Amino acid sequence: MSGFTALVARDLRLVWRRPGDVAVVLAFFVVATVLFPLGIGPESNLLARIAAGVLWCAALFASLLSLDRLFASDYEDGTLDLLLLAPWPLELAALAKCAAHWIVTGLPLVVLAPFLGVAFGLDRPSLLALAATLFVGTPTLSLIGGLAAALTLGARRSGALLALLALPLCVPTLIFGAGAIETMAIGKNFTTHLAILAALALVALATTPWAMAAALRQAGE
Amino acid sequence: MAPPLLEVTDLACRRGGRRVFDHLSFALGAGELLALTGRNGSGKTTLLRALALLVRPDAGTVRWQGADVRAEPETWRGRLAWLGHLEGLKGDLSVRENLLVAERLRGALPAADRLDDALLALDLSPLAARPVRTLSAGQRRRVALARVVLSQAPIWLLDEPLNALDAPAQAAFRVVLQKHLAAGGRAIAATHADLGITASSLELQA
Repeated sequence: MSGFTALVARDLRLVWRRPGDVAVVLAFFVVATVLFPLGIGPESNLLARIAAGVLWCAALFASLLSLDRLFASDYEDGTLDLLLLAPWPLELAALAKCAAHWIVTGLPLVVLAPFLGVAFGLDRPSLLALAATLFVGTPTLSLIGGLAAALTLGARRSGALLALLALPLCVPTLIFGAGAIETMAIGKNFTTHLAILAALALVALATTPWAMAAALRQAGE
Repeated sequence: MAPPLLEVTDLACRRGGRRVFDHLSFALGAGELLALTGRNGSGKTTLLRALALLVRPDAGTVRWQGADVRAEPETWRGRLAWLGHLEGLKGDLSVRENLLVAERLRGALPAADRLDDALLALDLSPLAARPVRTLSAGQRRRVALARVVLSQAPIWLLDEPLNALDAPAQAAFRVVLQKHLAAGGRAIAATHADLGITASSLELQA
């Protein structure tokens, strides 16, 4: 476990040294979502209806934006070899990388989203639901994105390939994440959606580390 | 009890359908250094990566104290210190932080005095607080060597350890390598230059 925490701590420290990388991602999230009210116009009913979908899509794109460097920087400077040679499972190392990614992108998105939701005219319960679904759903995005990043490691145009691989796999999370707020709007409880999002996160947690480790070993050969 | 022995039998590797080496056998006892020589592309790096289980060999076995290392790969990796072509250093972290992180990633908690010793051995003490990205190629190489020293692993796998090192740094490297061997450690180094230490040598044919 000490290796796991050491790797998370190292990645967080690296981000701390270069906060610009994360700031760009968060700025993208803010700008992309704010463009919709500007483009569509101040029709508050329409905006409130599309808010959840727009915010969820923007969160998905924003988290993908920073993923292509997730393993690439370690691959390029040789640190990946050290991870491959570490005397603890590579699956845990892959999980640690995703955990660090979630802390620096997923978590800030969860915090930012309710503020942006105000621009769409969402009411208070909807804002709460938005934050809750993002909190449960964004780890899945980091894990699936991490898998895509590991698979495209060393490939040319890995950024575009990564998006093509990860986006279809994120569709279930997107549907239930955005759907939860729609359910709220028609006055129903969104716990079912939340439970499904949690289930998706757990499935990703139980499967992607192994797939990531296999992909990383392949890249190391 | 026989001294712990690293034994390689009939190792063969293919990359992309091309034979890199086959029927490679050697043994390495305590305190021994093996120099891998051979032309560019003769498979020195591939052999080192195969020993570290980074590349899957097509045939043959690597045994440590009689047991196949692939049976318990994590225990085996814990015995290795690796110096590759790439240093595996993070440019945004200082020299000291890089060494600490590398040790923690090996699951160890290095004592401050051991870290200072490793820095001193490679003449890095004045650079300890500098971010690695501000260092020259030779200085980075020395940091990577300090990482190997700090690991206290019994087996060192070194790929061109003398690359980019100036004469005093090469001398410092010889001192730490000799100390490692005198303490019963082993080292396998792929090299073009003379290591300056008595070593058995294995020439790979291209």
